[in-house]
Amino acid sequence: MRKIWDIPGGIHPPENKHQSLTDGIGTIAMPERLILPLNQHAGAPAKPLVKPGDRVLKGQMIAEPVGFISAALHAPTSGTIDGIADQPVPHPSGMSARCIELVPDGRDEWCDHQGVGDYRAQPPTALLELIRNAGITGLGGAGFPSSVKLGPRQPIDTLVINGTECEPYITADDSLMQARAPEIIEGVNILRHILGNPETVLIGIEDNKPRAFEQLTEAAEGTGIEVVEFPTKYPSGGEKQLIQILTGKEVPSGKLPAELGIVCQNVGTTFAVYNAICRGEPLISRITTVTGQACGRNGNYEVLLGTPISHLLAHNDFDAKACTRLVMGGPMMGFTLLDPAVPVVKTTNCILAGSKAEFPPAPPAQACIRCGLCAEACPASLLPQQLYWYAQSQNHERLEAHNLFDCIECGACAYVCPSRIPLVQYYRAAKGEIRRHDAEQLKADHARQRFEFHKARLEKAEAEKAAKREARRLAAEAAQRKTATSEAPSSGPGSADDLIQAAKARAAAKKASPDEQKAKLERSVEANRNRLKIARDKLAEGRDQGLDSDAMAKLEVKVNEAALKLKTAEEKLASFDDTSPGKGDSTVADDAASRVMDRVTASRREQLETTVASLKKRIASAEQAIGAETADATIAALQSGLEKQRQKLAEAETALAGLGPDGDQKVTDPTTVDAASAAIARAQAKAAARASMTPEQKAREDLHALDQRIAKARDKAQAARAEDSEHAATLESALEKLEEKRRGLIEALGAEPEETVPERPVAESVPAPSAVEPHPVPNDDPAAAAIARAQAKAREMAAMTPEQKRRVELASLDERIAKARSKLDSALAEGSEHVEALQGALEKLENKRRSLAQQDSDGVNPEGGA
Amino acid sequence: MVFARASSPHEHSALSTRQVMQYVLLATLPGLVALTWNFGWGTVINILLASTVAVGTEAAIVALRKRPVLFYLQDCSALVTAVLLGLALPPLAPWWLTVIGTLFAIGIAKHLYGGLGFNPFNPAMVGYVVLLISFPVPMTTWITPRDLLPAGVHLPDLWQSLQIVFPILGAPGQAVDAITGATPLDAFKHHTGLLVEQIYAAEPLFSRAEIVSYGWEWVNLGFLAGGVWLIYKKVFTWHAPVAMLLGLTLMAALFYDGGSSTSGGSPIMHLLSGATMLGAFFIVTDPVTSATSARGRLVYGASIGILVYIIRVWGNYPDAVAFAVLLMNFAAPLIDNYTLPRTYGHSKARKATEKKP
Repeated sequence: MRKIWDIPGGIHPPENKHQSLTDGIGTIAMPERLILPLNQHAGAPAKPLVKPGDRVLKGQMIAEPVGFISAALHAPTSGTIDGIADQPVPHPSGMSARCIELVPDGRDEWCDHQGVGDYRAQPPTALLELIRNAGITGLGGAGFPSSVKLGPRQPIDTLVINGTECEPYITADDSLMQARAPEIIEGVNILRHILGNPETVLIGIEDNKPRAFEQLTEAAEGTGIEVVEFPTKYPSGGEKQLIQILTGKEVPSGKLPAELGIVCQNVGTTFAVYNAICRGEPLISRITTVTGQACGRNGNYEVLLGTPISHLLAHNDFDAKACTRLVMGGPMMGFTLLDPAVPVVKTTNCILAGSKAEFPPAPPAQACIRCGLCAEACPASLLPQQLYWYAQSQNHERLEAHNLFDCIECGACAYVCPSRIPLVQYYRAAKGEIRRHDAEQLKADHARQRFEFHKARLEKAEAEKAAKREARRLAAEAAQRKTATSEAPSSGPGSADDLIQAAKARAAAKKASPDEQKAKLERSVEANRNRLKIARDKLAEGRDQGLDSDAMAKLEVKVNEAALKLKTAEEKLASFDDTSPGKGDSTVADDAASRVMDRVTASRREQLETTVASLKKRIASAEQAIGAETADATIAALQSGLEKQRQKLAEAETALAGLGPDGDQKVTDPTTVDAASAAIARAQAKAAARASMTPEQKAREDLHALDQRIAKARDKAQAARAEDSEHAATLESALEKLEEKRRGLIEALGAEPEETVPERPVAESVPAPSAVEPHPVPNDDPAAAAIARAQAKAREMAAMTPEQKRRVELASLDERIAKARSKLDSALAEGSEHVEALQGALEKLENKRRSLAQQDSDGVNPEGGA
Repeated sequence: MVFARASSPHEHSALSTRQVMQYVLLATLPGLVALTWNFGWGTVINILLASTVAVGTEAAIVALRKRPVLFYLQDCSALVTAVLLGLALPPLAPWWLTVIGTLFAIGIAKHLYGGLGFNPFNPAMVGYVVLLISFPVPMTTWITPRDLLPAGVHLPDLWQSLQIVFPILGAPGQAVDAITGATPLDAFKHHTGLLVEQIYAAEPLFSRAEIVSYGWEWVNLGFLAGGVWLIYKKVFTWHAPVAMLLGLTLMAALFYDGGSSTSGGSPIMHLLSGATMLGAFFIVTDPVTSATSARGRLVYGASIGILVYIIRVWGNYPDAVAFAVLLMNFAAPLIDNYTLPRTYGHSKARKATEKKP
């Protein structure tokens, strides 16, 4: 006799097994329809291999396992697939899930199948694969795929076969053991072979199944398999409990029996393995007990998977009115079914249709008096009364300290509770809550980590920015202090004074300190050197690519200019090195101021003379550069640049020569020698021009300027994008802003009562040459188009009232003025020779506009006069 | 077809809380009979009066709390409190003593904490201690056992007893003083200068006893019988009562110095005197206020046994079950924290306040 151990706790509910143990294993008529859920097991649902309309044969695989923990599904009989859709499935929640529906054709035609001749000649892995393909899962209750359980990583020394069936009412395993003991023993032998012949093989049976014990003992004779009988007590059939009873060992909390070198399989599963290996038959049916007082007949049946439970019940004279609870499984751990249409699945060991006498409605729970009966009944040695207390208060920490997750939900505690508290329900809910909470906690932790990392990054960037800002601010403060010391008292709010002050400030800012100044110069040299290098690279690149001579010439010019600039920068740096120690900051600022003053107040002649002088200087330095340069290409480029300078010089000298007596007059409209003073002058001119404009004109002018800026911004953005520069996004957003502004302006213009501007962009519109006297307006557009447009305009004008005409003319004049001004601006910026011509044209246009506007306001109001 | 949706298990054992309480009530009968035989009708009157007040108080409070009155009354827990208090009070105690004790036990000690299952202290013992501290004289006036009464003096009959308890019914034929006397524990407290042997010889309580002390031995044996039956009926486990008796025995044996004048008395005297057995099987076993696990109940019971001896021998009160029980009620949550059972699959027991591993 083998030593057996006792488990703590446990209960002895009425067995109620005799009712269904009368007739052996019966059969059930073929149902009209089989419903086969894709997930009858623990793990991932199987993937259908058939589609509606397919004819399948009995035993044919209709859904394959997906992933490691999954199980195949086979057609329980031959027939036609009717559909794959959501159907109610046996589940405590009463939920629906994907099911394959099979309409049997009544022929019960098998597919090709055959068993393995000698399984001992097969490697365990091949047998495991066969078990996996046969769709075998644990038939005891959990439905865990057997191939996974039979292939543990640890070496196995004990195989335990569970024939306990400790739940009341259920006799499926009992009847199987009684009727098919030799097959079960053969199945055990197969499992032994797969597990590498463990030393100990035990079949555990409770002593309330004497016939099954006898049959198995007889069949196991000489095989080395020990059939062990032990006292009946619920829940001895739990895997952990059976292992404890038979081996005295406890499966460590949260671990699998394989850690102890033990594998446990149910007798039903063992029989299914025998079927799969020796007969080649996959798992398509199982033994199910149908019992309960609401059934006129109780018994065990070999039922095809997918058989609707209603069909099974109808076969057993089910009285629906007498039934208060329809339970799948036993009275201790089974779950209630709401819909008898759900099918029998792989784990359906019992259908219990209980009457009111068997399952009276639960009375309201009374207060827990902590009597401790539950703790005495608990097979896991928990304190159910404390778990209940903490489950009620949702004290998750205490629940885990009291080992809630070691609860096997056997129901012994709730069975004995004199206050009828549904304890297991509380534990299930608490477990669910804790799992959900843990999952959320995990998610929150991840999110927090991400956020903290992000924040740290932003803070770092911000700190860097702040450091830069601080450095700039300090520099500006230092500059201001120096300006304050050097600044002469302001003579008045005159515009020239303002400009001088501004120039002084700029100069002061620039010359914050000799060191900074020097650094700046050095940077400038560096930058120019880089530019030169880039220009040369581009030139070389262009040569390699065989660009045409024009393009090459341009590139050469660029190289030339870059070389010049570098030279200048180097000279500046050199001269700074010479002079800086002696030269005070205030002197520098004063120099800048006097230069501006000179420019602002210079007469036309003086300005031209300055231009000539500066050009001569540039030419001289260019010639010098040519002399110093050895590369042919660079020399050519320098020479072309030199040519340009010479042309300019010639023009300036001509202008100087042709200057009339008014040339000595002091002017505020400066001709330009460098971009800075030009910008000052332009700003002034604009301000003056704007002062005389109507709001509409101003808007239009703004629009025009905007267009230019947009064009420039677009170019920049494109270039940035082409280079994949990091500024591309910034530039694009700036562009968008500009465009938005433009739209706003157009709208504002459109809102003006008298719409004069057509939708055409300003840049396209052309001055109308027809109505008034011709004047020299530089016109780049093709002549024909201009003539056509002019004719069209003339026709329009002919159909207009004088006032309308005036208005149109005014509008077109405005456009022309704007255009002329923009041309002048660009000419000024480029230092073009057309500056004067353009200026003259602009003045004329403005004069004309003034006179037209005068006429308009003098003219009779057409409406008033009518 | 509408089937119930219910969580497993679907079956249930027959035992209910009401039945548990009824078993307890039934188990007090042998002790009650012994008390009534030796000390007259007083205890029965106590019990009936306390039960009436308890059920009335419970009903009133449950109604005040807007709960279903009958549902709560049917658990019989108020009756158990009343019966235990009635058994503990001196026979022929004035009616107001019983009424006050019961009101306090049910109203304050039980329902103020949330009713059955939520009270941290044993309600009967709270009621008893309140009376003992507030009204020490009537609470320590005990009746002389039937056969030790002086010649010509008899225990009052039922009507006389009622008259003594309820003076409004008229003057009883005899004064209560004539029939009062010391209990065995009183005797030990009062004769501190004597050797144990001398006390035994001087006091008829001991000299005429079958085992230890006249009358009291039978009362205690009666409660012991009831308690053993309750263990047999699995109403509670043996842990707490056995631990308490062992604790008391151990202390008495340790400090029994052969019967000197400072001796606290023999273990058997302590086991069969006063409220030892009533306490061990009916008070210490109150599940609501005791420790939870079997291990915890061993600690809890043993601690009460030790405390009972300490207070009896070195304290001011002759008996000590009520104080010892209340003190350990305080300690029960602490005991619970350290006495969790070792769960299946764990190498050792954990603490209730342990954090995640």
